[in-house]
Amino acid sequence: MKNELKQLYRYRELLYAITYRDIKVRYKQSVMGFLWAVLMPIMIVLSGVVVRYGYALVSGKPLNSQDIASVAVKSIPWAFLVSSIRFACSSLTSNYSLVTKIYFPKEVFPIAAVLACLFDFLVASVALVFLLLVMRIGWSIYLVWIPVLLLIMVLLATGIGMFVSAASLFFRDVRYIVEVLLTFGIFFTPVFYEIRMLGNRGKWLLLNPMAPILDGLSASIVRHQSPALYGFVYSLAFSLVALVAGFVFFKHLEPSFAENI
Amino acid sequence: MSEFALLMEHVYKKFRKGETYNSLRDLLPAMTGKMIRGEELNQSDKREFWALQDISFEVKHGESFGIIGANGAGKSTALKILSRIMMPTKGRMVVNGRLSALIEVTAGFHQDLTGRENIFLHGTILGMTKREIDSKFDQIVAFSGLGEFIDTPVKRYSSGMYARLGFSIAAHVDPEVLIVDEVLSVGDYVFQQRCMERIRSVIDGGTTVLFVSHNLKSVTEICKRAMLLDHGRVAAIDNTDAVIRKYLSAGAALKTRKDNEPVYFSKVVVRDRAGEQSTFESGQTAWVDLEVTAREAFDKMAVVIWFTDQAQYVIFHTSTERLGFPPISLPAGGTYRCTFELSLNIAHGTFHLVTEIYRYHTQKGFDRREPAATIFVGSTTAVGGAVNCFPRLVQSETVAATTQSCEV
Repeated sequence: MKNELKQLYRYRELLYAITYRDIKVRYKQSVMGFLWAVLMPIMIVLSGVVVRYGYALVSGKPLNSQDIASVAVKSIPWAFLVSSIRFACSSLTSNYSLVTKIYFPKEVFPIAAVLACLFDFLVASVALVFLLLVMRIGWSIYLVWIPVLLLIMVLLATGIGMFVSAASLFFRDVRYIVEVLLTFGIFFTPVFYEIRMLGNRGKWLLLNPMAPILDGLSASIVRHQSPALYGFVYSLAFSLVALVAGFVFFKHLEPSFAENI
Repeated sequence: MSEFALLMEHVYKKFRKGETYNSLRDLLPAMTGKMIRGEELNQSDKREFWALQDISFEVKHGESFGIIGANGAGKSTALKILSRIMMPTKGRMVVNGRLSALIEVTAGFHQDLTGRENIFLHGTILGMTKREIDSKFDQIVAFSGLGEFIDTPVKRYSSGMYARLGFSIAAHVDPEVLIVDEVLSVGDYVFQQRCMERIRSVIDGGTTVLFVSHNLKSVTEICKRAMLLDHGRVAAIDNTDAVIRKYLSAGAALKTRKDNEPVYFSKVVVRDRAGEQSTFESGQTAWVDLEVTAREAFDKMAVVIWFTDQAQYVIFHTSTERLGFPPISLPAGGTYRCTFELSLNIAHGTFHLVTEIYRYHTQKGFDRREPAATIFVGSTTAVGGAVNCFPRLVQSETVAATTQSCEV
């Protein structure tokens, strides 16, 4: 595995070039340009606001700005996870001629897909920062958790991305399965709601590795606290295992890509 | 550094024929079905075939080596294994040095990016660093001749421009081992010449070149040694001329036969004085023996032969009728024999002989054999072009400049 990592490092310029291509092509093709990066997050935030408004009506507690900020803070990373997995999933099959014609480490495709989505995420984050400033959420020392949490999230997306990209090369319907999981995954992830709203049984949802990350982001940005320790360690471990397993799985199958695509 | 640039030792490659399961929707029912019936899961063994069997060859540093063979002989598979896109099923393969393949020169292009952006993208894909591309950018653009279109998205390019840009990038990679596969069919004549020149200068620069082509003329021009593949096996490894001779004589045995024609060629032989032959010297005399057999009574026919070059361009054409012979009639089961004598005043290259039985008055052809035979013409005299005019230099003198000759 050491050799494979070394080789990936040698091809880092290629990784940048493919990432650059993916970003450039996306922004060139769409008339909306940068709006593209914020459209999906905006839709998720708006649906979250609707859900929270409904919850507020039922429970009789008023909807405060902290709740909305929390939904917004969690929606944008979720949008990143969904789009990076979706994009990574088709990254090998949509680069058919490169996979079958030229030799280089093929994991640059799913990784570049995740990085290109990370760019969208950063664009959307700028919009989010403005929103949070307007809402006067304030700041605290706990913001230092953000880069750590985001890193865990990127590792998780990369691991899953490598896994699904290789799997969908062999079995094309993996894409549809992934699509279904991503569409309904939002209900099993505390994006629109908080874990505590579901009472004791809600703890099971923390097995979803994305739950502690989103909850941690909400804690450090909105509630000005540290993320919950156990959840944080769990997500970190899960992401590292996913990354290593995804990479090993990918490299194991890579030699037979060209004849099975 | 070891002695060899490329080495293959007993390489085998197995492929599966037919449809494999490429969706879980198909795979899972098939697997459960087999498990219920208690069958082995590995039933696909019967449908496997070997694309390459026991391929061994070595190419020394700085050598240029050709691979020829009919379609499906395993050339592309061998190249894909050498360029590490595919893994051999068995055997060992060694490449010493940075390898670059001119296999699909436009594979890395993206339609929506401009020529300039694609140079950077595709250059990186081919293994160049950003700095290398920066320093060679002007050279690449100049070579492609696309200077004024370099900031146009490549989707607006013509297919020729597209391929030219691809080749220009690939040609500037400076590898230690270069694999060339059939890329010279792109672009116009001038560009093709430029490509050949580039490949020659790469060889002169000490790069090892592995050249795969159907264009036997380019193979002889570029490679000293060559390998002939036949149905995935090595049929010959020798100097290029010998290998090409073997290839053409093997190809002559593969004549297609049609059973529904009222008349057909029962024999087509190209020979020299000694006997059946497929390689000739320019200017040599060749004889084409033809035998026509009629399945049913057939009249008013002529025998037509012509030569085409690699580009399917007809370079020579004649027939019994044109040579002044009356139309031929045959009873059912009868045969007709004729021999054409030809002076092969052709410069150099591979040519296909096409034969046809033709009725001039109805303009209808029968049993066209395309090609009926393939010949290779080599020339020892230094001539280029399509025909050999057998030049001799009959006068050559230098006249010192005199002031009187300077007319104004």
